[in-house]
Amino acid sequence: MKLMIVDDSSIMRRAIQKYLSPLNLELVATATNGQEALDQFQTTLPDLVTLDITMPQMDGLTCLSRLLALKPSVKVIVISALSDPGTGLKALKLGAKSFLPKPFTETQLVDEIRRVAGGPP
Amino acid sequence: MTEVELKFFIEVVTTYFGQVTGEEAAMGIPYVKNAEPVVLDYTGLIGISGPRKGGIYFTAGKVLLSELTKVILDAEEADEDTLLDMVGELTNTIAGNVRRSFGADFLISVPMLIKGRPDDILVRLKPPVFVIPLNWHKEKAFLVVGLE
Repeated sequence: MKLMIVDDSSIMRRAIQKYLSPLNLELVATATNGQEALDQFQTTLPDLVTLDITMPQMDGLTCLSRLLALKPSVKVIVISALSDPGTGLKALKLGAKSFLPKPFTETQLVDEIRRVAGGPP
Repeated sequence: MTEVELKFFIEVVTTYFGQVTGEEAAMGIPYVKNAEPVVLDYTGLIGISGPRKGGIYFTAGKVLLSELTKVILDAEEADEDTLLDMVGELTNTIAGNVRRSFGADFLISVPMLIKGRPDDILVRLKPPVFVIPLNWHKEKAFLVVGLE
């Protein structure tokens, strides 16, 4: 399963990559904002995307809609500090498979990825 | 800003350090900022818009941010860019998490990152500005909040 990590924080990108390294995922791209994510997505066509919301140039929710337009089967997990219920609900209504609020633990992330990916990948 | 609203910020900071590191930060007694600058080596500043306008910043020293980065990334050595990124992400998480209490129209900007110690940071902060001191791993840091 091909994975893309989108977050403007290098620490978060590296932490997500580290936490998910034991899983059988192929990291095909990382991006620091929504526009870069779209560009990378079109060439790598990941199956699974972790997507931050608050980013420069293009926010994650705008990016989410565009990713789904390009590949409706992509599974997107929105990972954001915007932890009010309305934001999570909006992400799910736009088509995200899951919403994980920051800060999160390694176990929470792995469990969520496994659930969304449909079992132990 | 009310006492209850200040507690929202304190709870979020306490939860952050507890969840990420397993060791909660020791929160000090908040006070209204005076002319004395409250700036350490690395600062993340976020503008707030919507019904509540103003800003918040988190400022910390190199040791605290290095330790925090090591916990998250499992003992990698942190360079200057990583430390700045750490303070920005921490500030972003605090500002985003208080939306649980302030609501979704508490709009936050991407963090502006400041390295070094400017004379003071006043931009975006709306008086009265509150300073929330904290200690983690015996290192001090400050969360500074100024909202209309």
